[in-house]
Amino acid sequence: MTHLSSYQTRILGSRVLLLPGLLLSLVLLIGCLLWSITLGAADITPQVVYAALFDFDEAEFDHVIIQTVRLPRVIAGVIVGAALAVAGAIMQGLTRNPLADSGLLGINAGAAFAVVLVVYLLGTPSLSVYAIAALIGAGLAAAFVYGIGAFGGATPLRLTLAGVILTAFVSSLTTAILIQDQETLDRIRFWTAGSLGGRDFAIITQTAPLIAVGLVGALLISRQITTISLGEDVAKGLGQDTLRIKLIAAALVVMLAGGAVALAGPIGFVGLVIPHIARFIAGVDYRWIIPYSAVLGGILVTLADVAARVVLRPLELPVGVMMALVGAPFFIYLARWKVKR
Amino acid sequence: MAERRIRQTWIAVRLPRLPISFKIDRRVPLAALFLLAFTLVVLVMSINYGAYNMSPLDVIQTLTGTLPADHPDYRNFVLVVHTFRLPRILLAFLVGTALATSGAIMQSITRNPLAEPGILGVTAGAGLAAVAMIVWFNDAQMSLLPWAAFGGAILTAAAVYLLAWKRGATSPVRLILIGVAFAAVLGSLTTFILVFGEINDVQKAYVWLTGSVYGGNWQHVRTLGAWMLVLLPLAFLSARSLNALNLGDEVATGFGVRVERQRAFLLVISVALASVAVAVAGTIGFVGLIAPHITRRLVGPAHEGMLPITALFGGALLVLADLIGRWVIAPSELPIGIVTALIGAPYFMLLLVRYRK
Repeated sequence: MTHLSSYQTRILGSRVLLLPGLLLSLVLLIGCLLWSITLGAADITPQVVYAALFDFDEAEFDHVIIQTVRLPRVIAGVIVGAALAVAGAIMQGLTRNPLADSGLLGINAGAAFAVVLVVYLLGTPSLSVYAIAALIGAGLAAAFVYGIGAFGGATPLRLTLAGVILTAFVSSLTTAILIQDQETLDRIRFWTAGSLGGRDFAIITQTAPLIAVGLVGALLISRQITTISLGEDVAKGLGQDTLRIKLIAAALVVMLAGGAVALAGPIGFVGLVIPHIARFIAGVDYRWIIPYSAVLGGILVTLADVAARVVLRPLELPVGVMMALVGAPFFIYLARWKVKR
Repeated sequence: MAERRIRQTWIAVRLPRLPISFKIDRRVPLAALFLLAFTLVVLVMSINYGAYNMSPLDVIQTLTGTLPADHPDYRNFVLVVHTFRLPRILLAFLVGTALATSGAIMQSITRNPLAEPGILGVTAGAGLAAVAMIVWFNDAQMSLLPWAAFGGAILTAAAVYLLAWKRGATSPVRLILIGVAFAAVLGSLTTFILVFGEINDVQKAYVWLTGSVYGGNWQHVRTLGAWMLVLLPLAFLSARSLNALNLGDEVATGFGVRVERQRAFLLVISVALASVAVAVAGTIGFVGLIAPHITRRLVGPAHEGMLPITALFGGALLVLADLIGRWVIAPSELPIGIVTALIGAPYFMLLLVRYRK
């Protein structure tokens, strides 16, 4: 009943340009990262940033700030952005739903609930417990939403509503915990907004492997996702074992979204916006959409984090709030002009 | 479902002298009686239950005013029943009625069994306004809170409707999707306020967000009751155009319904019902989703009979949910919104599995 008008044109008209385009995006990403590092409570010149990265001197205050505070933060941002964007791309391709996003489908809320539950039960758990909890929560939520898709036509509307209702349910459970226990509430509330502040290398090394596996896996099955995105009948007709691909893809989404939530809390709309831009640039082939999504996702979250730190200085907005402010208008644009009917 | 509907028999109701007649499913009176009886029983049980013990007989006597004035506990009974327990239970009933009716209308005009009052951003708008009030203006009078919530709800719904407007019409799909987007933005702004608020205010705000009839008083009951007296009859009288709209825009146009105007009118009623409910009791989810469904299964989809039964059902459901919420983790209390989520979610899962197309 509802379908996306496919992008007939892509910016890069020739396939030859795809690789240079990707490299250019990478350079852009690195530029954004360096810019982001220079900004903060005290602005640091690019020269000092360069020195801190390649010629570290622990006596220099700025160097220590960069190495322990700002660098982990931007790296976390890139990882989270890449993970969420690729998770969104996989979901959009698989369900052929232009509005799929781990936030809107309730997967982030599931992960957030699991983390709140763990903090409530265990006090201050170790980082790996955090990550595992987020993963399990994301997994259950994804299984639920996928289950709905499997049991009937997974139209954009149906999935969106299922996600909304799942989110409503899970958030009310989360709230049930938070109103009983003020200590947990205080400890967790900044995290529930989705934030990159205060992330250190310890938590990055806990979650990055998971996300890395997810990203590599996504690249490996990108060809199959392209086929499924043309229609399940087409894929079956070409001899693809669609059920197996769907299960693998679901597992990858859980790893990516769960890992991202464990690292930065629930951040919505990255997975919604980026795949559209990637498709606009690179066409319909997921072998290109996925790497583009990863890089562009990193850029978007880095920029959103910069904006979140700068707009209300010295107050810092959670990056999740910033993403919603950027992403929702885009969602409305899609709903108004790109969803037929 | 289709076969069953053909075999249904109807009762035609003609009001003497008034030019109104309508047909209701013959199961409607029975369902109404059952729901009323159920509500009364739960009401008595609910008043009966609590830290101050009363026997069911005492409750009934106090309620009906037949308690002898020389009863040793007369003043206590009257105080407990009329000041503490009855208003909050009545409030739960009214809120349930409003949300269920609102949900039924919303499901019919969007032609989507999964729609609920919150879908137009009503809940999110009310939530943002209320949380901002609680956290930022905690010195302000709490009596202003319902008005803030109501304003937030109405404004959001209006914005969603305007954005869904395209080439002279809205469409159910656009309404829902844009509502979802608004809910996401307003929700994240709410989170933003919660993150930086003072922790005690934040916890208060969370309780409001979950939905609770705790501390409901006669003032609340009167205000909500007055709104319902206006809105419910309007909803019931629109049953016929709801029937038509439920069949699709083209069919409704064919029946001579002015689709866009009727849709806007019904949206206003639905949003108003949800907004007043949310304003007094916070965001209670799932009632508006589930009550219309179960009712449709009970008495069929024709709105003449279905709307009143849905209203009763929603009321009964919330009275029960309130009792459960006070009982499960006594002496502490589970907010009513969490109870409805716990009841609603499993039902909803069942629903999604059944409604495959």
